[in-house]
Amino acid sequence: MKRILLLFFVLGVVVQARASTLTIEITQGAEGALPIAVVPFAWRGDAGSPPPHEVGGIVAADLQRSGRFKPLPTNEMLARPSRGEDVDFRDWRALGVDNLVIGDVSPNGPGGYLVRFYLYDVFRGEQITGYSMPTTASDLRATAHHIADIIYETLTGEPGAFATRIAYVTSIRSGAGEQAKERVELRIADADGYAPQAIVSSDEPIMSPAWSPDGRRLAYVSFENAQPSVWIQEVFTGKRERMTSFKGINGAPAFSPDGRYLALTLSKDGNPDIFIMDIARRSLRAITRHWSIDTEPSWSPDGKSLVFTSDRGGKPQIYRVSVNGGEAQRVTFEGDYNARASYSPDGRMLTMVTRVSGAYRIATLDLDRGDYRVMSTGRLDESPSFAPNGSMIIYATRVGGKGVLAAVSTDGRVQQRLRLQEGDVREPVWSPHHQQQRNR
Amino acid sequence: MNPIRLAAMAIVASSLLFVGCTSTGTKQEGGASVEEGGTGAATSGASRGGAWTGNPLDDPNSLLSTKTIYFEFDQSTIRSEFVDVLRAHAGYLNTNRSATVRIEGHADERGSREYNIGLGERRANAVRRYLEAEGVSAAQISTISYGEERPAALGNDEISWAENRRAVLVY
Repeated sequence: MKRILLLFFVLGVVVQARASTLTIEITQGAEGALPIAVVPFAWRGDAGSPPPHEVGGIVAADLQRSGRFKPLPTNEMLARPSRGEDVDFRDWRALGVDNLVIGDVSPNGPGGYLVRFYLYDVFRGEQITGYSMPTTASDLRATAHHIADIIYETLTGEPGAFATRIAYVTSIRSGAGEQAKERVELRIADADGYAPQAIVSSDEPIMSPAWSPDGRRLAYVSFENAQPSVWIQEVFTGKRERMTSFKGINGAPAFSPDGRYLALTLSKDGNPDIFIMDIARRSLRAITRHWSIDTEPSWSPDGKSLVFTSDRGGKPQIYRVSVNGGEAQRVTFEGDYNARASYSPDGRMLTMVTRVSGAYRIATLDLDRGDYRVMSTGRLDESPSFAPNGSMIIYATRVGGKGVLAAVSTDGRVQQRLRLQEGDVREPVWSPHHQQQRNR
Repeated sequence: MNPIRLAAMAIVASSLLFVGCTSTGTKQEGGASVEEGGTGAATSGASRGGAWTGNPLDDPNSLLSTKTIYFEFDQSTIRSEFVDVLRAHAGYLNTNRSATVRIEGHADERGSREYNIGLGERRANAVRRYLEAEGVSAAQISTISYGEERPAALGNDEISWAENRRAVLVY
């Protein structure tokens, strides 16, 4: 540990605990969002020491943020039951609510809680599901997000992505002229913007964060010491290792789906090409060898191929190549600029940056049907990536000259914006699903 | 930079006494070249009127003081207006074989960030190749691309973008 701290000191990199919160607003909700009521969860313990967060409120906010649900405001509720026997379905039918969630939180040993919840079909008057989940004060929000995931999956048939996190890069400028300074940080926050933490902080650029498939490591590019290097950092311990620091570009890292390999861009041989590194052995294999710019590799979910950006045809377009190398096939034919593609979790779609009459926007391409859709309306949109359940695409945009994050549902109906109080936010990447125990 | 300046100032002081006995970093009045023993500064396009007695790279009247060259959108071709500037730098590096330069390539903010890193490198390499073609040793040159990560102008408009599509020579 001492050595790691020393390393951070030497490189002028510090790790901070807290950072300003991301505020999420829904800028366009879906029509036909499902009406649901989430009653505030009752506290069964000492009235003087309630749990640090109100679980029901977090669940309701998650469901609302997805755009797929319309939670009933608590002040419109006719009753606030927390036990099944207290539920009168007539109250909820009268309010036009399809589904009802009730629950409670009980003390469970020192520092522990037991959270129970029940999901009802209001019209049938039946319980659909119910869980009992032991947790702790520090995991209470995660438990609430997990409950929202279960409700979302039960009612929509698709897994939720609430118990996940987002990594992003922030830039805060200060001073002007010769005194101008920029502080760049790689941060991680819960998917609802809560609990942001800086895991790397530098005066030099940091870019291209990429999650490992287990959500425990982040690869990124840092220009500390005036030299771009690809690093892999453990999210929980802060321990990190420099993977490449060749002459020229060391960029665009992407973990393979099994977590053993890193695809990346190196220009050590003269111009940017795609390489695959065996992380344990540190051995490198060249995947492309072309005079053009080949960069931004992204793995197919089956791990068998990569898509990447190349301007070998004159303008940047997306190409696909087998991880065993060989001839690359062009994938995009719409428009004269397509870059930074990545796959949807089911492998059926790509999202990428595209140029539409001079504006840079987010597009999707359905790989089976060839449907190409522009999903965003900004002028300088970039860095799109899918949520781990495929429901949303998160990307970076500019509003009023400020870098902010935005998300759009894959069907284009719901739009959100994530704002930071100060500075610019960019390069968002959604974490994979958290591996968490579920107790029924 | 500072040690060079200090050295230059010391030399200036002594050259007041021994005119003609100069060294790197000192230039005489009237734009006269100082090329004794090949250690003096190369001064093609040198100053007119007024003495410059500091580092020739900082002489505001010399082409060498121009260290940023600009590019067209999505291009890495050296524009004809920067040819003389790069020739001056090549001359300086050829005369001062121990001098090294770092070429930083940049892009404007449009499009994807890693592709812009590639574009920035292309621009840095275009400058490097130009200097090498003028006889500068490869060992004197290093390159780095910052892509769109280090903008010179912070606006989101054509004027700022034009200022950001650049390569900067850093000695």
